[in-house]
Amino acid sequence: MSSTTSQQTIDVARVRQDFPIFSRPLPNGADLVFLDNASSAQKPQQVIQKEVDCYERYYANAHRGIYQFGVAIDEELEGSRAKVQRFISAAEPEEIIFTSGTTMSINLVAYGWGRKFVKPDDEILINEMEHHANLVPWQQLAKETGAKLNFIPLTDDYRLDLSQLDDVLTKRTKIVALTSMSNVVGTINDVSHVAARAKSAGAITVVDAAQSAARSATNVQSTGVDFLAFSGHKIYGPTGVGVLYGRRERLEEMDPFLTGGGMIDRVFRDHSTWAELPAKFEAGTPQIAQAIALGAAIDYVSSCGMNAIQTHEVQLLKHATASLAEVLGLKIYGPDQSHKGAIVSFTVDGAHPQDIASLVDRKGVAVRQGHHCTMPLHDLMGVSSTVRASFGMYNSEADVDVLVDALHYARKRLRLT
Amino acid sequence: MFPLQSMTIDELIEQFESLEDWEEQCDYLIDIGFDLPKLPDEHKIEPNKVHGCQSNVWLVANTSDGDSPVVEIQAESDAMIVNGLIAVLLAAYSGRTPQEILDTDIKAIFARLGLDRHLSPARRNGLFGMVKKIRSIAEQAA
Repeated sequence: MSSTTSQQTIDVARVRQDFPIFSRPLPNGADLVFLDNASSAQKPQQVIQKEVDCYERYYANAHRGIYQFGVAIDEELEGSRAKVQRFISAAEPEEIIFTSGTTMSINLVAYGWGRKFVKPDDEILINEMEHHANLVPWQQLAKETGAKLNFIPLTDDYRLDLSQLDDVLTKRTKIVALTSMSNVVGTINDVSHVAARAKSAGAITVVDAAQSAARSATNVQSTGVDFLAFSGHKIYGPTGVGVLYGRRERLEEMDPFLTGGGMIDRVFRDHSTWAELPAKFEAGTPQIAQAIALGAAIDYVSSCGMNAIQTHEVQLLKHATASLAEVLGLKIYGPDQSHKGAIVSFTVDGAHPQDIASLVDRKGVAVRQGHHCTMPLHDLMGVSSTVRASFGMYNSEADVDVLVDALHYARKRLRLT
Repeated sequence: MFPLQSMTIDELIEQFESLEDWEEQCDYLIDIGFDLPKLPDEHKIEPNKVHGCQSNVWLVANTSDGDSPVVEIQAESDAMIVNGLIAVLLAAYSGRTPQEILDTDIKAIFARLGLDRHLSPARRNGLFGMVKKIRSIAEQAA
């Protein structure tokens, strides 16, 4: 992480002032306790204003105009790309591809690299904790190429069982796809270790960093990954924009996925040649204002300090784990705190997650309920849905206490004693 | 509160309209959900599941014999607010003839209950999944 600052702690009261969403009560009068950050995070004024400024002050299409705004917009857009590069410690800005989000980033790899290099009887190594976005594209790739899916087994507490890696990582493995942090049980995976093992087996590593990007420093070079994907909206940035990092060598060898304007070098009547990186993978008009505002989001979290954010969330997780234990019948899924981030999925005996989420909402608490796009993981956990409380930099221990009170209220309302 | 079986949809709507706000109405749904007769476990099987619901919903129906047969519906969810919504559907549909079921303007009933405003799109989809299942049963029996 290149842009950490000397600040070591998060001043929640000050941070919350930057987020307009917290300045007014919910329609029912309650104060917002937003605990659905693993799904999408709220936006600071700095991000909102950056997007507004783009539209109000210098908007034009990107990479096209030689007029004044055409130059200004390109400077902003490429400036944002450079911020992303520094944020994840990539070697060069050309390795940063703007996409619509993590899902598109992973699909881009599955189509552009996978369909070119994965052959029948090759193997793709995944695991059951993955979000559907890092699972279904590989199922489709396997189906279309005749490759086989292998799974790194999970431990009883939903961590990768790396002691069994040798059994599933073989000479035929072409791709190892894993999340750096589970969006359900919060498990933090040892990406460096897996990437090193994959490399020595001749496979590439694709990392879904949608959760970890907002919660801890990211370094694509020291972890040795080939591809890494994350979304703008989960790191306090705009919706509609995300990032695919690819090592230059990988991006050079893979085919474009979307073709059309902006991504070509020369178009002839019957064939075309491709533009240099990163344009090769950015066909059509890009997410201009969103990508520019993503740069503001990166500035924002960087000025707070990723290490400070991580420390803050670890503290929240500690408080949440201890406090939730007071709720009768509540079961938290996942590993102990030393192996996870601030994402807590749980069930309450005798209560459906849907009812819990509806009832705590009355107290202003926004939590997610459902399978969180991880049906195979929920199959392993033996439940079809869970309640998920996921924390962000603006959450406080007081938010945890409101959640716990709201859970007591929900239990009572559901006649559980 | 009325025992559910004796409550008509009009009585249910009247009760609903007398309540202060959605929170009270939602509490009422939870209460009638608790009063919903339990579905015997042998009916809680995959073929009886209603698709489109985020929670599990099982629904079975019997059509009575005789000259003007009526459809008796039983259903249960593992979520309590959904059980309340099931109670609404049973008040509207159960014990009616297939033709009466097909003629029921359920959207108008949901609108009078405010369900169209207060339920999330995902919840509304689940509710209409149940409606679809009940209507297909009625179509087969008609």
